[in-house]
Amino acid sequence: MKTDSKHLQQLKNRELHYKKNLWSGILFGLGFVAFIDETIFHQLLHWHKFYDKSTIAVGLVSDGLFHAFSWFATVGALYLVADLRRLNAFWHKVWWGGKLIGGGAFQLYDGTIQHKVMRIHQIRYHVDIVPYDVVWNVTAIIMIVAGTLLIRNAKQNQRMVKGTVLYDA
Amino acid sequence: MMHKEAAWSLMNLFFIIPACAGLLAYSWAVYKTNRVHRLRKWPVYRTFLWFAGIFCCLAALVGPLAVLSRHSFTWHMAGHLLLGMLGPLLLVLAAPMTLLLRSLNVNRARRISKLLSSQVARFYTHPVTASLLNIGGLWILYTTGLFQAMHTSLLLHTIVHMHVFTAGYLFTISIINIDPVAHRYSFRFRTAVFILALAGHGILSKYLYAYPPVGVEIEDVRLGAMLMYYGGDAVDLVLIIILFHQWYRKSRRRTVYATLTEH
Repeated sequence: MKTDSKHLQQLKNRELHYKKNLWSGILFGLGFVAFIDETIFHQLLHWHKFYDKSTIAVGLVSDGLFHAFSWFATVGALYLVADLRRLNAFWHKVWWGGKLIGGGAFQLYDGTIQHKVMRIHQIRYHVDIVPYDVVWNVTAIIMIVAGTLLIRNAKQNQRMVKGTVLYDA
Repeated sequence: MMHKEAAWSLMNLFFIIPACAGLLAYSWAVYKTNRVHRLRKWPVYRTFLWFAGIFCCLAALVGPLAVLSRHSFTWHMAGHLLLGMLGPLLLVLAAPMTLLLRSLNVNRARRISKLLSSQVARFYTHPVTASLLNIGGLWILYTTGLFQAMHTSLLLHTIVHMHVFTAGYLFTISIINIDPVAHRYSFRFRTAVFILALAGHGILSKYLYAYPPVGVEIEDVRLGAMLMYYGGDAVDLVLIIILFHQWYRKSRRRTVYATLTEH
């Protein structure tokens, strides 16, 4: 009985802080993908270049803004998680769904607008770039779709579990 | 030539004397405030941070690094990271103004806090003013002839370094409130300004990589630009964590207060 009321409270808290869970996930996803981009593709593989001569001016600005924002997004999102846990309102599935959407959206923006339109740099040099671009952007779309499905599933779960708890109580 | 070298080394004193004065004054204030029993003991780590901050700044201004930085862009950039970013951050974390207010008598402390809340202080510690001084100053330094000129003129050299330090310090106190400030701006506002400032710093690094200043070797500039980009990120990451940590602690107080008033 007591655990049920506690559980119900948690469900209520989650619903109340649904948006905070979602945005924390989205921000973390964005920061996480930017971080992977920097460590794996710039530092470890040396595929990406620090600067590409064909970059247009707005590309330099866009890259700078997103790079700066990604640090804030990562740290801020993790502090939001801490806040949600403190409120007993952390919702794993929604957070992971948000993370996939945020990460996918940034990767798609990076792979289309930043790489292709603003030409800040290519994924790799001295190779046929088409397969790389396809894998990059298709992965991004899969992440967005998977994230959306996960969130929908989380909401269904919530309704079902809430029904059971209410019924048992 | 000899005469010129002598002038440059005499200038060292101009930096060493205030640094020593800073160390002595802080130590004296700690000693004085710790003798007042009704106050909490001044934390040892803050004293440590103050000493570390002064040494960071001084290392950029005198000694081997300072000599190297006059000939190499990369070393120059390392010096600037110490003088304009890491040094000020350590000094701000040492909370010198709080210490000063604690160790003065009430009348003098009041006069100081009046000074801190004056229009002039408010203007210079505003996040936008401080960011423009900090990042805008760097853009002017590296995209005009100023960078070349500062290596030949002792006066310009000194002014540029003093500006880099002061702007770095003002920027740090405008973003994270450790010491008392004239006006506390919202976290959202400070975060927005900080993102733009960090972006301005990153864009300048890549711009320098692409368009090196006149009279510097291209490889040297590229290494220096990358040091500026990643070094700036590293120091600012610490600042970001402190900023969000302050938000986290403040919002806990809000939640606790809300639950208390509910009952």
